[in-house]
Amino acid sequence: MKYYLLPAIRLTLVCLLLFSVMYTALVWCVAQITPDKGEAAVWMVHGKKMYRNIGQKFSDDKYFWSRPSAVNYNAAAAGASNKGPNNPDYLLSVQQNVDSFQIHHPGVPASAIPADLVTASGSGLDPDIAVQSAMIQVNRIAQIRHIPKSIIESLVRQHTDKPLLGIFGPESVNVLALNIALDSLTNH
Amino acid sequence: MQMSTEMYGIIAMFMITVLLAIPLGRYMGKLFSGNSTWLDPIFNPIDQLIYRISGVDPNIEMSWKQHLKVLLSINFIWFVLAMLVLTNMAHLPLNPDHNPSMSADLAFNTAVSFISNTNLQHYSGETGMSYLGQLVLMLFQFISAGCGMAICIVVFKAMKEGTTNTPLGNYYYYFVRSCTRVLLPIAFIMAVLFLLNGMPMTFKGKDTITTLQGDTVQVSRGPVAAFVAIKQLGTNGGGFFGPNSAHPFENPNYFTNMIETIAIALLPIALIFTMGYMLKRKKLAWLIVGVMTVGFILLLAPTLVMETAGNPAIAKMGIEQNLGNMEGKELRLGAAASAYWGIVTTVTSNGSVNAMHDSFMPLAGMCTMLGMMVNAFYGGIGVGFLNFYIFMILAVFISGLMVGRTPELMGKKIEAKEMKIAMIIALIHPFLILSGTAISAYLYAHHPAEYAGWLSNPGFHGFSEMLYEFTSASANNGSEFAGLGANTPWWNIADGIVMLLSRYLPIIGPVAIAGLLAQKKYIPESAGTLKTDTVTFGLMVMAVIVIVAALSFFPSLALGPVAEYFSFH
Repeated sequence: MKYYLLPAIRLTLVCLLLFSVMYTALVWCVAQITPDKGEAAVWMVHGKKMYRNIGQKFSDDKYFWSRPSAVNYNAAAAGASNKGPNNPDYLLSVQQNVDSFQIHHPGVPASAIPADLVTASGSGLDPDIAVQSAMIQVNRIAQIRHIPKSIIESLVRQHTDKPLLGIFGPESVNVLALNIALDSLTNH
Repeated sequence: MQMSTEMYGIIAMFMITVLLAIPLGRYMGKLFSGNSTWLDPIFNPIDQLIYRISGVDPNIEMSWKQHLKVLLSINFIWFVLAMLVLTNMAHLPLNPDHNPSMSADLAFNTAVSFISNTNLQHYSGETGMSYLGQLVLMLFQFISAGCGMAICIVVFKAMKEGTTNTPLGNYYYYFVRSCTRVLLPIAFIMAVLFLLNGMPMTFKGKDTITTLQGDTVQVSRGPVAAFVAIKQLGTNGGGFFGPNSAHPFENPNYFTNMIETIAIALLPIALIFTMGYMLKRKKLAWLIVGVMTVGFILLLAPTLVMETAGNPAIAKMGIEQNLGNMEGKELRLGAAASAYWGIVTTVTSNGSVNAMHDSFMPLAGMCTMLGMMVNAFYGGIGVGFLNFYIFMILAVFISGLMVGRTPELMGKKIEAKEMKIAMIIALIHPFLILSGTAISAYLYAHHPAEYAGWLSNPGFHGFSEMLYEFTSASANNGSEFAGLGANTPWWNIADGIVMLLSRYLPIIGPVAIAGLLAQKKYIPESAGTLKTDTVTFGLMVMAVIVIVAALSFFPSLALGPVAEYFSFH
């Protein structure tokens, strides 16, 4: 047994050194010369630090809303609802999302509401919504902020992330980017 | 428009995976045959140093039993190391968020899970793991993958035709080469690409920020980029954060999603081409890849259709479903890429997720389970081929009986002893899954006071959650229907035992068969030989897989996802 265990211990320790320590150190060093310095992509907004890819909760009527979240956008305990597609409680909560959306958007029929605005994301931190989901909120924002609809619509188009190379994957709108742009529009 | 770009995305991911796997397979073939490669000047000194410190001689020939003894002893040491670290993390350095140590049963589950290349997680990285713990788990993500690759090479060696008492080489040699010359360089390249796309790589603890709306929020961070690279590449799948690659820090955009998805199936496919190179049987390699791909597409197609069509129960409320079934999915990735990942990750025993499988449509969830039940369409690194090898032995035997010839594989006669081992290995997977699920269902039904809190979904879907958990553990996959509250002593211990048995027995069995065959007399090919690189034989293997999987699992699937599907109508 000793014939096998002793080399096993020594091999494990040298692997620990190579993969847990040296590989990590190497990647960390490379991180220091990348644009984000290993601190994830960050925006500074009026001196406040925000993570580009971590979605924020937007429930205020003057902002574009983000998607429902099972963890209320708590980025220290991310998670999903994990509800089955035909779970009665789940369907009730989706119906509530539809109802509360309609209260804040009078006149919008349920058939015009995109699915992402009434379902929770996988991480609970989804930074994006669909283009359609931004457009449907334009009316409300135009009224509250007293800005012409056309300007807000063009703002949404400006902040639409096209598919990768124009051909791979979905289009999306980063809600935080859009709302920062919206705020700076009002400030001018 | 939206859906068509999503479809182009997944077609591109599949094509790139295969196109990269072909040259990579050839490179690995050279590597394990001992031929020189262009990375030798960098890695020869590193490897020599590892051999010297470990006190092993990489040139000693080993028998198949010695290979297994080395494998089992290093895995035992890994288990001890994992237990020590996981139960003492709270007092060890690199714990800026002051996360606690694990309870004994959770540590047992996690230790087994990571040394067995499963990465089933009954904890959330944000709250349940220190950075030191993460880095030690990352070690296992490298070496458990290397361990699987090395043992697969032993089987390739044993399959070599034209010899009696075929030499099998040295396990340390294969293991070290797998880790340093395959996993390390590719993981490093991936990590750099991730860093350029805004993935964090920091040792600072939680950050506190104020949102645009004025709320105060804490943001978990960590050395994510290094971890995610090997997690995806090594068919590991254990996430840094709870939601795995759905988390924006683990998968910031569609580009990183493509890299991560490609990495899942890259090595399992490349290894088949390695076999073709080492045995000089390219046609057989293409046949095996072909059979696996047919199986993969048969599972992928219905999943894609179901997930992109959306949820009919929500459509009934009047909500349009043109984005697909978006519950548990991320918008930047979309329904199609999430469905694609769901199948790739379950057929390969990777088990990382970029969308929540618990919220998949019933039949899509069933396809992910079927991927794990077969566990040989590409499969985990090394072990995927070993599972396929068992199905090949069964197919050779059955075809032999049908045409009245002695069953032979690659010039070696398959006899009673090999067949017994093959049957035990083929049956142990359904046995572990079905008996585990049955006991859980019994506990749930008869002791609701203690156990009913497990399930977050009622009815058929709840049953699916338990079935999925054992399927995932037994397939060494590690994904979950995460609504199952699995951090309880029952699930921790039962899953742990299942993972142990289903990791090591399906390694021991095929290696024993291959080792026994390697010692036998070589029978040159004649007119009476059953040819293994023909389409007919491919169909036979497929038939064996379908019969074994369908007959074993259909009743339990009928109680779970199939019943749930009909409950919609």
